[in-house]
Amino acid sequence: MNDLIFKPVEELIKGLQDKQFSSVELTKAYIQRTHAIDDQLKAFLSFDEDKTLKEAQASDERRAKNQCLSDLDGIPVGLKDIFSEKGQPLTCASRILEKFVSPYDATLVKKLRQSGLVMWGRLNMDEFAMGSSSENSAFQVTSNPWNLERIPGGSSSGSAAAVAAGEVPLSLGTDTGGSIRQPAALCGIVGLKPTYGRVSRYGIVAYASSLDQAGPFARTTKGVARLLQVICGSDAKDATSARRPVPQFLKEMCSFQDKKWTLGVPEEYFGEGLDPEIRASIESAIDFYRKCGYIIKPIHLKTIEYAIPVYYIVATAEASSNLARYDGIRYTYRSPRAKTVDEVFDLSRSEGFGDEVKRRILLGTYVLSSGYYDAFYGKAQKVRRLIHNDFMEAFKTVDAVLTPTSPVPAFKKGERTSDPLAMYLSDIYTISVNLAGLPGLSIPCGFTQSQLPIGMQLIGRPFEESTILSIAHEFERQHSFHTQTPQL
Amino acid sequence: MDKYEVVIGLEVHVQLNTTTKLFTQVPYRYGEEPNTLVDEVVLGLPGTLPVLNKAAILKTVQVGSVFGCKIARKCKWDRKNYFYPDAPKNYQISQYDQPLCVGGFVEIELEGPARNIQGQHRKVALNRIHLEEDVGKLTHFGDESWIDFNRAGTPLIEIVSEPDMHSTTEVFAYLKSLEMHLKFIGASNCDMEKGQMRCDANVSIRPIGATQLGTKVELKNLNSISGVCNGIEHEIRRQIALVESGDKVVQETRRWDADKGESFTMRSKEDAHDYRYFTDPDLCPISLSESMIEEQVKKVPELPFAKQERYMKELRLPYTVTSVVCYDRNLSDYFESALQAYSKNPIAIANWVANDLLREMADKNTGWSALSIKPAQIAELVQLIDEQILSKQSAKKVFTDMFATGKNPRQIVQEKGLEIKVDLQALKKLCEEVIVAFPKPVAEFRAGKEKAINVLKGQIMRQTQGKVPVNMIDKLLLECLNA
Repeated sequence: MNDLIFKPVEELIKGLQDKQFSSVELTKAYIQRTHAIDDQLKAFLSFDEDKTLKEAQASDERRAKNQCLSDLDGIPVGLKDIFSEKGQPLTCASRILEKFVSPYDATLVKKLRQSGLVMWGRLNMDEFAMGSSSENSAFQVTSNPWNLERIPGGSSSGSAAAVAAGEVPLSLGTDTGGSIRQPAALCGIVGLKPTYGRVSRYGIVAYASSLDQAGPFARTTKGVARLLQVICGSDAKDATSARRPVPQFLKEMCSFQDKKWTLGVPEEYFGEGLDPEIRASIESAIDFYRKCGYIIKPIHLKTIEYAIPVYYIVATAEASSNLARYDGIRYTYRSPRAKTVDEVFDLSRSEGFGDEVKRRILLGTYVLSSGYYDAFYGKAQKVRRLIHNDFMEAFKTVDAVLTPTSPVPAFKKGERTSDPLAMYLSDIYTISVNLAGLPGLSIPCGFTQSQLPIGMQLIGRPFEESTILSIAHEFERQHSFHTQTPQL
Repeated sequence: MDKYEVVIGLEVHVQLNTTTKLFTQVPYRYGEEPNTLVDEVVLGLPGTLPVLNKAAILKTVQVGSVFGCKIARKCKWDRKNYFYPDAPKNYQISQYDQPLCVGGFVEIELEGPARNIQGQHRKVALNRIHLEEDVGKLTHFGDESWIDFNRAGTPLIEIVSEPDMHSTTEVFAYLKSLEMHLKFIGASNCDMEKGQMRCDANVSIRPIGATQLGTKVELKNLNSISGVCNGIEHEIRRQIALVESGDKVVQETRRWDADKGESFTMRSKEDAHDYRYFTDPDLCPISLSESMIEEQVKKVPELPFAKQERYMKELRLPYTVTSVVCYDRNLSDYFESALQAYSKNPIAIANWVANDLLREMADKNTGWSALSIKPAQIAELVQLIDEQILSKQSAKKVFTDMFATGKNPRQIVQEKGLEIKVDLQALKKLCEEVIVAFPKPVAEFRAGKEKAINVLKGQIMRQTQGKVPVNMIDKLLLECLNA
């Protein structure tokens, strides 16, 4: 069965349909793989084998009765430990939620169940989705499957690493400033952040509510399109979820196959700090599209230089409020040293949160303080609007924007932990997409000489996920980067 | 005391009695087992999101229109951030700079010189009314504290007055008027004992004639209307004593202890919270259409004071009975239904409803929903009296029967044979006998003392056992006297 684990989802669907293997057999293959390598990789925070195999068995029973719920019925999917799954731990890789078991299903988890997917494991992440390397996880650092000394990116670190290493064929992560696209790039797989509002946030632990969006990881664009289909849709439980119909992504992206799109290439994304090997890979991708008959158009996104400061004001402000509920009073960690109510708050939070989380809570508290609000939060909201306008202006003449996903390939563990600002720059190319609420996709587009994956980012108009999927698919059809697998 | 003018502003929180909470579909009822009216949203579990209950908006629009507020066409939700164990998320979803209702006033009725004389009316200016979610309730036992989140998330309106009241008499009238109006339109039950209405007061004093406001002190924990008045009275005395002894009033928040009859510093100005308000990113701004607002305004019934004016003017009802019939929605609806069935004698109907019906309901501990006697039946009873089929005395007995059985008065009169059967000849004879038997009042009457006739009337009523209507006796007696 070991030959199954790196197969793209299309082949797994076919295998299940043709009864080459059952969902239980398939799921066991991934479970075995996880047992074999996760001591090294550390992508999983926890798993419940019995529960997962029961779900697989239920899928096989449905299939036997010809009652499959969807094409993905019986396919395993891994969840970042930020999605609420009834009866399962929900830690957000934080001490403060170490013992918390969620009593309810996120809307997205309900949708996975309704489509018959088999949920395999709770995947590691940076604490409360704050970070780009998994080094902010309170429990473990996940390794990059291509080089165990290096980080897999983050914050959806386990979600990217597990798919890249063949521990699960599909996974879900969240992306607030690049947390799906950056680890997808660093692990050599496909990751998509949908348009803000596409996927219900109900049951997803909030980091920055106006930026958070859940999205899929897979080995291929088709896999991503299929999983996206399952999780999208308006939700009465999320007032910010988009009240608009969801297209058939796979069908739509395939129907776009022969279109010759216009791609915008923003000069500002190719400046200082961009690794030369990545630059070369992206440039050859641009050449590829040009040869395909696409129109390549240099564009400017001038406000982009403000994206990181704006992000660290908006996101931290929202986080300071969103994380206030973890207070030691009810379901979170409570410091045994606490004697008074104020000590319950202060000590539990001091001991329960990691440094980066505390740093962002402090920053967010500061930018919302009376007397500073207008200068920071108020101003940031205005600049955010300008960043959005910049993109919308560009989209008048281009169909998508092509950029590198990350300025550097996977860096070594510990390399950036002492310098938070250097860490923040990991998201320099992805962060503005969240501020503008746009869909963004990362696909493998090369390797460095030291065999580290390189990712290319495609940014689309709001709700035009199919367009960027189609453009990515065009590249994927004629390259084999996505078929390569790490030696592990 | 008369050197100073007192200035009082009130912040009144009122729970709206919507079916479900403000941001999730869990009901709220007072007095349930702790932590049973909760779900993951109420408890603020990780990942949960609020979804607006539109009914709360609609009710608040009605409240705003009752008090003449400007209804915002657009408003939004803000987070008020502070740590307290009764707040599940450690922030409260509220409205900061875009409240739903702006301005307006509360008409109050001050006490009249006597119970049966209408008091003066004045308007207390409002600053705003906004909507927010309630928090849970803390109970302390010794060194343990317990939290009940049943109340958390219940829609709460905060009615903020301008500093526009100058005595506890006005404060009392203000709270009574709020309570009356909010109950009247069915927005809240306003029971302070159950925390459905809660009040904080801002109190300051200034020399008479001064135009600038003095330093204000905020009073909290005023748990009943009398508590509010006592707390404020105490605060006024405290501030005057401070100023008289050459000290200054310090801006602070004080907690009223009703048992001790004293207030204590809760926090000084320096310790005031920085709530770090910002727009809640989980909720969309609200747009209110003209038609939606209009529809809510239309739902607001004729209000007590307007109704009272009309009844006094058009129906010639005395003030006392209108102050019973108009101030309560159930009573006024009941009265109007009865009036629709028989419009010739509003005063009699009003008296039956305001006196006999209410008394019987209290005696028998009967609520409006359990009431078996229908408005049209009371109308019929009045009509029977007016048509001299039933005497007033017998009517009382019939009413008791109607209340108990829900039977029509006509049926009871028939069954019990209470119909007036007057033998005019015999009655005339009786009148003549009485005139002979009581020469003294007869002489007095003839000398112009009209009241003297009452002695004769009383005699006849006694002898006819109350079965003969008084006006009939009057008529015959006068005929005989003048014969």
